[in-house]
Amino acid sequence: MNLTLKVWRQANSESKGKMETYQIADVSPDMSFLEMMDVLNEQLMTQGIDPIAFDHDCREGICGMCSMFINGEAHGPDRLVTTCQLHMRKFKDGDTITIEPFRARAFPVIKDLAVDRSSFDRIQQAGGFISINTSGNTQDANAIPIDKHDADKAFDAATCIGCGACVATCKNASAMLFVSAKVSQYSLLPQGKVEATDRVMNMVKQMDEEGFGNCTNTGACEVECPKGISLENIARMNREYLYASVKG
Amino acid sequence: MKKVKIRYRKNANGTSSIRLNFFDGYETIDGKRKAKRLIKTLPFHLFTSPKSKKEEKINITYKKEAEKIALQWEKTLLKEKISLKGNNVTKLKDFQLNSKIPEGNLEQKWSNHKGKINLVSPANKRLIDVIVVGTGLAGASASATLAELGYNVKTFCFQDSPRRAHSIAAQGGINAAKNYQGDGDSTYRLFYDTIKGGDYRSREANVHRLAEVSTNIIDQCVAQGVPFARDYGGLLDNRSFGGVLVSRTFYAKGQTGQQLLLGAYSAMNRQIGRGKIKMFNRHEMMDIVIIDGKARGIITRNLVNGEIERHGAHAVVIASGGYGNVFFLSTNAMGSNASASWKIHKKGAYFANPCFTQIHPTCIPVSGDHQSKLTLMSESLRNDGRIWVPKNLGDVKAIREGSLKPTEIKEENRDYYLERRYPAFGNLVPRDVASRAAKERCDAGFGVNKTGEAVYLDFASAIIRYGKEQAHVKGLDENNIQTVKKLGKQVVKSKYGNLFQMYEKIVDQNPYETPMMIYPAVHYTMGGVWVDYNLMTTIPGCYAIGEANFSDHGANRLGASALMQGLADGYFVLPYTIGDYLSDDIRTGPIDIKLPEFEKAEAAVKAQVEGFISNHGKKPVDYYHRKLGKIMWDKCGMSRNEKGLIEAIKEIKELREDFYKNVNVPGKANEFNEQLAKAGRVADFLELGELFAKDALERTESCGGHFREESQTPEGEALRDDKNFTFVSAWEFKGAPSKAKLHKEELKYEEIEVKTRSYK
Repeated sequence: MNLTLKVWRQANSESKGKMETYQIADVSPDMSFLEMMDVLNEQLMTQGIDPIAFDHDCREGICGMCSMFINGEAHGPDRLVTTCQLHMRKFKDGDTITIEPFRARAFPVIKDLAVDRSSFDRIQQAGGFISINTSGNTQDANAIPIDKHDADKAFDAATCIGCGACVATCKNASAMLFVSAKVSQYSLLPQGKVEATDRVMNMVKQMDEEGFGNCTNTGACEVECPKGISLENIARMNREYLYASVKG
Repeated sequence: MKKVKIRYRKNANGTSSIRLNFFDGYETIDGKRKAKRLIKTLPFHLFTSPKSKKEEKINITYKKEAEKIALQWEKTLLKEKISLKGNNVTKLKDFQLNSKIPEGNLEQKWSNHKGKINLVSPANKRLIDVIVVGTGLAGASASATLAELGYNVKTFCFQDSPRRAHSIAAQGGINAAKNYQGDGDSTYRLFYDTIKGGDYRSREANVHRLAEVSTNIIDQCVAQGVPFARDYGGLLDNRSFGGVLVSRTFYAKGQTGQQLLLGAYSAMNRQIGRGKIKMFNRHEMMDIVIIDGKARGIITRNLVNGEIERHGAHAVVIASGGYGNVFFLSTNAMGSNASASWKIHKKGAYFANPCFTQIHPTCIPVSGDHQSKLTLMSESLRNDGRIWVPKNLGDVKAIREGSLKPTEIKEENRDYYLERRYPAFGNLVPRDVASRAAKERCDAGFGVNKTGEAVYLDFASAIIRYGKEQAHVKGLDENNIQTVKKLGKQVVKSKYGNLFQMYEKIVDQNPYETPMMIYPAVHYTMGGVWVDYNLMTTIPGCYAIGEANFSDHGANRLGASALMQGLADGYFVLPYTIGDYLSDDIRTGPIDIKLPEFEKAEAAVKAQVEGFISNHGKKPVDYYHRKLGKIMWDKCGMSRNEKGLIEAIKEIKELREDFYKNVNVPGKANEFNEQLAKAGRVADFLELGELFAKDALERTESCGGHFREESQTPEGEALRDDKNFTFVSAWEFKGAPSKAKLHKEELKYEEIEVKTRSYK
């Protein structure tokens, strides 16, 4: 199929960016979206145009590095997929596709479609862990039985890949879904309960300092999340936060 | 022969290094007089101008110590009768390919060793810097633990966050000899299975240590909050993997690697928050810096602004993963590369068994020329999936034309070839065996997709089996096929849900209704940087851990063992063994990055980068990578022969020459430039590929993942040659891959009887 692509081009974080239009022909429906971008880049290079910079790595939907806003949706029109798992069979011959970076104040553009998401790392560094040493001399793994339902819920929250689709989708650029997923994972497990209070306070504080917006419960993040992280986690985090504030 | 002399060399920080020089006189080369000598730098330092009585006293003690060591060294050198004449200059290293396996019983080796090695006091750890390159399971766990112990850690990754390292994509599980299932598992059995699975080409002592610490890994991860799968009683669940007869694999659905990596990442985050780890995201290691024969730092390129930076440390740990991307198409991530390993190889680290590569039997087949990578379908699927192709070529033809569906083929017309050939292990034979069997069927014309390179992985019988079980539990009609199927699908979904979803998104077929199509693909590299028992390479102070080293998997890795090895190395092995080396460095002081060695290394890196940018060739980097991948897959892939390997060596060399002449790298050096980063990586693959083929050519036996057509049994099984090849090939770089020198580390089996591997 033949497509028209409108792509955000921006030389670096300081410069002003703009949309550029490119044509691409003979796209196979079996290609992934990023493979289509590879072909486009090869085409641009032969024309002497700087290839489009975009983040990607594992190309199997788990590393969370790819981050494109396609036709107004984070990771494009398909559900429960990352950009690298989106396939061209979701588009029709003659379509015009708009491709932008994930936009948020806390995600400054590095170049073209690549953005800096180190704010996510800093939130995790503020409290996204259980403070035990790594000596391996802890108690036996089966010493504390954990309710299967809790373990499963903790797992579901833990599958967040940290891509930032929730932030890019949210009209307030809020990182609540991301932060609450980590808070939930630990607050559901007995190992994480010990320092639950400090964790939620520190992580939320860092989230606010990074310049993410507030949550207004539109639920858009849940819809666009490639891993289906549930809004329930935000409710759980709010509960944890309230409890921590009262406890002080 | 002259004697060993003691020399003192000033350091920048007010101390002097003590060096021993062993001269053998002078000789004339090209009309110039050159001194040939061996140098050894001793692990303690004198005060250049002692300021107190105490410092003077220390100097006297150290001088005495130095004299003693000089005398000892002299004796050994004279005993070895090293010839330093003519061109046969024997470097000290040449007779030191010493695996340093501790003495004693196999079971006691590791605990004895731990009890005897030198420690660094907590106060001194603060004075020592360690660099870790890579943040996968090995790199992240090592960084976290080293920082926890008190060292100053600097960690580097090329991704935008340490959490993205490709360990994240590991699916199936992690092995540990916990014997929670009471099915006869033990440390010894895990050890035995790993040695056997590796086709008797791994080091006994290393593998036993791995099996010993495996249980700590699970305890550690659970304490960190890793949400492993549990059963209804709240205890941990297990499943089985290829090549074993017990269920010892712990898992978190199909995302075990993700959960373990996020666990290690959280441990790292804690240390980053405390300031003990300095994290450098989007940085690529460009070279290692060696001072006085020791690894003392690295040169990096900041991938955002292109800046070339110097970083000093007392030890360098390489945890940058394997080199599977030399094949272009593999299950590795797009950015996975071998450059860190290759750079240290070129500076003196031996590279071991490069030809030992794992081709994983269950990956999604190639769909077209545009393909950029291959996707794995976890081995855990072989617990419940049955692999087959049609018995009749007529059915194959009809399937390819689309006139027949696989579900319409009757049971008796299907060839469950693994169950047929290997009744004892069935669908759970090790990966190398399963891959070759698939290739054998497809080569015989039974491949089931358009390209003829695919076989079926079928869940229909598992769905029925689970469905009946559930119906029975729930008191529903076990003969109602609709109910049974529905219930069975739910069970399969809870076990492999994300894998099935991934398959559906890529192939656009529903694997609950129709069998999956799979084909082998490059997945893991057992070969890597040669390390001794302490995980140190042949460069003193440079370590290699995780997939980057060669140590534990021999010629074939068992499923769910990579995660185990990465975490074992990082959490429980390296943090002990590195202390033994660093205990000599407590007085060294910070490494001065203004030293000429840093300058020289930086200049070389800058020259390479400039070279690519100013080349203005015609062909993109990917053109060369694809071409290299095709040579590797066709001639160094699932089966290899002498003719093909000789051709491969020649073709890779030509391709490399063409690359440097005609490659086109657009953009500038001082900007975010993916093509530039890729050019450096492909340049290294183009050298590594040649050494790979050379190693495969040298090893004329078949073993594990290395199958030489010349060496097989009449039934087509791999035929080892234990008499001539029970050794590790460790290659020394000598200016070009073709000139690499082979060193052999003999493998001694004291505990295990070396047998022919049989899974029948």
